[in-house]
Amino acid sequence: MSARRPIVYFVALVLVGLMIGPVLYIITGGFRTNSQITVNPAGLPDPWEFGNYTSVLTSGVFWRQIANSTIVAVATTLGVVTLGVMASYVLARYRFRGRGAMYALFASGLMFPVTVAITPLYILVKNLGLVGTLPGVILPQIAFGLPTTVIILVPFLRAIPKELEEAAAIDRCGRIGFFWRMVLPLSVPGLITTGILAFVGSWNSYLLPLFILSDQDTFTLPLGVQAFASQYSVDTAKVLAFTSLSMIPALVFFSLFERRIVGGLTGAVKG
Amino acid sequence: MSGEGGGKGSTVTAESAGIQVRNGGGAPAPFRPRRRGIGWAQRLEIAALSGPAILMFLGFVIFPVLLAGYYGFYKWKGYGVPTNFVGLDNYKTILQDSAFLAALVHNGVIVVASIVIQGPIALGLALLLNQKMRGQSVIRVLIFVPYVISEVIVGTAWSLMLQTSGAVNGVLQGIGLGSLKQDWLSNPKLAIWTLMFILTWKYVGFAVILFLAGMQNIPPELSEAAAVDGASYWQTQRRITLPLLAPTIRIWAFLSIIGALQLFDLVYIIWGQYVASTAGTSTMATYMVTEGRNAGNYGYGNAVAVVLFVISLIIALLYQRFVLRRDTEGALTEGT
Repeated sequence: MSARRPIVYFVALVLVGLMIGPVLYIITGGFRTNSQITVNPAGLPDPWEFGNYTSVLTSGVFWRQIANSTIVAVATTLGVVTLGVMASYVLARYRFRGRGAMYALFASGLMFPVTVAITPLYILVKNLGLVGTLPGVILPQIAFGLPTTVIILVPFLRAIPKELEEAAAIDRCGRIGFFWRMVLPLSVPGLITTGILAFVGSWNSYLLPLFILSDQDTFTLPLGVQAFASQYSVDTAKVLAFTSLSMIPALVFFSLFERRIVGGLTGAVKG
Repeated sequence: MSGEGGGKGSTVTAESAGIQVRNGGGAPAPFRPRRRGIGWAQRLEIAALSGPAILMFLGFVIFPVLLAGYYGFYKWKGYGVPTNFVGLDNYKTILQDSAFLAALVHNGVIVVASIVIQGPIALGLALLLNQKMRGQSVIRVLIFVPYVISEVIVGTAWSLMLQTSGAVNGVLQGIGLGSLKQDWLSNPKLAIWTLMFILTWKYVGFAVILFLAGMQNIPPELSEAAAVDGASYWQTQRRITLPLLAPTIRIWAFLSIIGALQLFDLVYIIWGQYVASTAGTSTMATYMVTEGRNAGNYGYGNAVAVVLFVISLIIALLYQRFVLRRDTEGALTEGT
C-alpha cells in the first residue's frame, strides 16, 4: 500500500484543484480590473481591486434579491417541512385503507420535476393572480418539495419505538398529543435534513422564478445573476464579483450543514 | 424505498398490534384493544394531518400535469379559455420539427455520456477517497462544492471562463498548450462536449458522495477475509466492492438519466434562448421554453411538456422494470 501513497495524494490534490479552481477564479476575478482580466485572463489580482465588490455590496439591487431569495427559501422550507411531517406521520403511524395509494401518490411526485409542469403551472399561478409575486413561487415549490420530504420522513417516523406510543397512551396522551410532544422533538434531525434540502433547492431554483417573476424588484438571486450578467456583459470583473457574492450564502449554508445535506441525499437515494 | 433513512429500528411497524387511545373531543378514553377498521376520530386526524399536503400536491403538481395534457390539444396564446381545438396537430408539428428532433438527440447524447463519463470517474474517485488518508473529510467537502452552487452561477461563471478570450484559453496559452485554444461555446462540433465537461464538473461530486456512502455500508470483514485469502487490492475491489455497490450505482444512474432528460438551467444560461440550437446544445426543455413561452404559443409549449413527460416516464418505467427491480421492489408503485 505504501508505494501507492504519494500517487493517491497527488491525484487527490489535482482533483481538488479542478473542482475548486473555477470557484477560486470567480472569487479572485472579482478583485481584478477588466483590463487585468483582458491582459491576462487567468492571472491573480495585481493590485487587488475592491471596487467591484463594494459597488455590488452598496447597490440596493443585490440586497433586494438576497431578501427575496431568503423570503422564498424560508417560506418554502417552513411549508414543506410542516406539511411534510404531518402527512408523513399519518403514513408512518396510522393504518387505514388507501395508505399505500397515498404513499404512491407522493412518491410519484419524484417523476414530475417542475420542468414538465412549468407551462400549465404558470397558467395556474396566473389564474390565481399570483404572477409576479413571491407566493406564486413559494406555493408550487412547497408542493414539489413534498415527495422528497415524505420519502425521507416516513421511515424516520416509523422508527420511533412503539413502546413510546404505548407509554404516551398510558399517560393519557392521544395520538395528536403524542405527535406534538414526542414525535416532533424526536424527529428534529429528520426535519432539519429535509428542511435543508428544501432550502438549498429553493435558493438555487431558476426555472420557476423565471416563469413567475418578471419585475426586477421581485427577482430572486439566480434571476438577478442572469440579469446582472447580461446588463453588465462587458464588465466581466463586476459580474464575477456579483456572482461570487451570490454564491456565498449557499456555500456558508453548505459548510454548516454538510453532513446533513450529504446524509439526507444519500438517505433519500438509498431509501 | 424504506429503511435506511430512519436508521436503525426501521423494522418496527407502527401498526403491529398494540394499544391506542382515541382522542375524540379532548376526553381521553381509557385505552382499549384496537378493533378492525378505524373510528371517526382517527379518520378526522388522518384528514386533518394529511389533507393540506395532499391538496397542495394535487393542486400544484398533479393538476398542472393533467392541464398540460388538456392545453396540448389547443392552439392557444395563453389568454382566456382555449377554444381553437387542433387535436393532435401540435404533436404532429413537434415530432416533425427538426429542431425538436435535434434537441431530442442532444438529450440522448447527454443521458448516455453523463453515465459513461461520470460513472467511471466517480467510481475511481470514490475508491481513492475510501482509503484512509489525511484530509479525507476536507476533500470530500471540497469535491461536493460545485454540486451546491446553483446551475445559474455555474453557467454564468463557465460562460465567462470559456469565452475565446477567457480564462480557460488563457491557462492553455500559459502552460504552452496554446494550440489547443478553442471556441468552446459556439463551435457546434465542440459545444455539446463543453456542456458535458461542465455537467461532469458540477455533478461528479454527487456521484462520488453516493458511491462513498455505499462503500461504507459494505462490511469491512468481507475485504479482510479476501485479504486473508490472498486477494490483491484490485481483486477485492472488483469481486467484492463493485458487486455490492451495484444497487447504489443503478440508483445513481436512474437519477442521472432523469436529470439529463430534464436539463434546462445550464444550457439556457450559457447558450441563451437562440444560440442553443445553432451551437448544438438545445435540449427538449429549452426547446419547450423557447417555442412555447417565449414565442407565446402556450398550447404548443404544453404539448412539448407532454412529450417530454411521456418520454421521461417511459424511460423511468422501463428502467424500473428491468434495472431497478432487484433493488427497490416497486418503490414507486407500492411504497412502504
